[in-house]
Amino acid sequence: MTGKQYVRPVQSNWWLQKRSYTLFMVRELTSAFIAGYSIFLIVMVYWASQGNEPFTRFCDGLKSPLSILLHLLVLAAALYHSITWFNLTPKIMAFWRGEEKVSDGAIQGANFVLWLLASAVVAGIVFAVARG
Amino acid sequence: MAKTKEPIWWSLFGAGGMISAVLTPITVILTGIAIPAGLLSIEAFDRLIHHPLARLYLFLLIVFPLFHGAHRLLFTLVDLGLKGMRGTLAVVLYGSAIVLSILAIVLLIRLSP
Amino acid sequence: MADTISLDVFRYRPDQEDEPQFQRYEVPFRKDWVVLDALNHIKDEIDGTLSYRWSCRMGVCGSCGMMVNGEPKLTCSAFLKDYYPNPIKVEPLANFPVLRDLIINLDDFIQKLGEVKAWLLPKDPKPISEGEYLQTPAQLAQYKQYTLCINCMLCYAACPVYGLEPDFIGPAAIALAHRYNLDSRDGGFQQRAEAIFSHEGIWECTFVGECSRVCPKHVDPAGAIQQEKVASTLDFYRSLVPWGKK
Repeated sequence: MTGKQYVRPVQSNWWLQKRSYTLFMVRELTSAFIAGYSIFLIVMVYWASQGNEPFTRFCDGLKSPLSILLHLLVLAAALYHSITWFNLTPKIMAFWRGEEKVSDGAIQGANFVLWLLASAVVAGIVFAVARG
Repeated sequence: MAKTKEPIWWSLFGAGGMISAVLTPITVILTGIAIPAGLLSIEAFDRLIHHPLARLYLFLLIVFPLFHGAHRLLFTLVDLGLKGMRGTLAVVLYGSAIVLSILAIVLLIRLSP
Repeated sequence: MADTISLDVFRYRPDQEDEPQFQRYEVPFRKDWVVLDALNHIKDEIDGTLSYRWSCRMGVCGSCGMMVNGEPKLTCSAFLKDYYPNPIKVEPLANFPVLRDLIINLDDFIQKLGEVKAWLLPKDPKPISEGEYLQTPAQLAQYKQYTLCINCMLCYAACPVYGLEPDFIGPAAIALAHRYNLDSRDGGFQQRAEAIFSHEGIWECTFVGECSRVCPKHVDPAGAIQQEKVASTLDFYRSLVPWGKK
């Protein structure tokens, strides 16, 4: 194609121009909090291997306002990640029964049930072991 | 033509995304709310973390989310304008995930019951 | 005095100017009019120099895609009453070069349709004399949704990745490759792989999902791309194990 064309540049703050773009960016940035929590867990494992006293001091640190605040931020990010992730899972794979496709709602529902069950199992095991 | 290795990073991203979606919230509640609130005593937590199953759990919840974050942050930074640095960013982000994963595995092995 | 509504229309005349500008037109507000009706009114009654594409005016040809208040829309399906009484901004489809006024250069998309081989590559080719390729309703159901694409390119206008990286093969092209990959009569998966299982193909996509949100035919290109990521990943791991080779 010959002749003059006008190319409209994409702005560097493109993700602030539309609400759906901004929410996308927020969703992606939750992964930084998720990875950050992994690093926290590494630190926790380190202190757990250092003996009773050091680990107790680490756990005392968890009671500080700063630790609680950071945890709440990570929790907010993790919840947004979980909800958006489970809502998107039906798109990744299609399951067919003859001419009918398993509905998106069914797959999302199954994911949320799995999430609740797994969380309950983890909490259950933790408190069972804690009780002795 | 060299076949792209992208499926490796994407499957690690996917595994990390699923594992963290299912397990991160409850774990954050445990370390961030249950312990400070006294619902879980430090003594009990100490016993718990030395349980062999705990090491498997922590391996899953440390390693795969690291790769999930590395992959997602790489693409996010490129989308935010750092396209020219993609190669460097990939080495730094995936490299960090690999190094931190190795560190985690070593620490978890040394965490004897 | 009859009701009117304002349209702020993007004008670009390469023979007259280097920079585009907006021109405001007052058109009658009719409850059953769409933006395309307003543009036709402008061209017929007010300013015959306005250039734009349209054809079927009923949402099946894919010609009249434009940005309406910043959203990619088929102008034949965007009702004036949904914007009234505020002015409506009409611009050419985003992420494409502008040739004139509201007309974009879509060479890039057409070329990509060819790259992904958006046609049937029969698994077991046979001459016409041997009859049709048979397919059950269940087999048709698997890919039918992806046949509905009208090549309107609203998805390309919505995709921020395409905006940032014009080499990205893009939603519609990949959805069409997916349509053929899912077709039971087709055997072209590996041939399409080179085009779509590349860094400019499916792996550029970060699942923003805007493409599926704006698609007027509910094709769900975002889902198609994620499904191809799964297919490509399974194919990749299968090729690593010795028993995985066909």
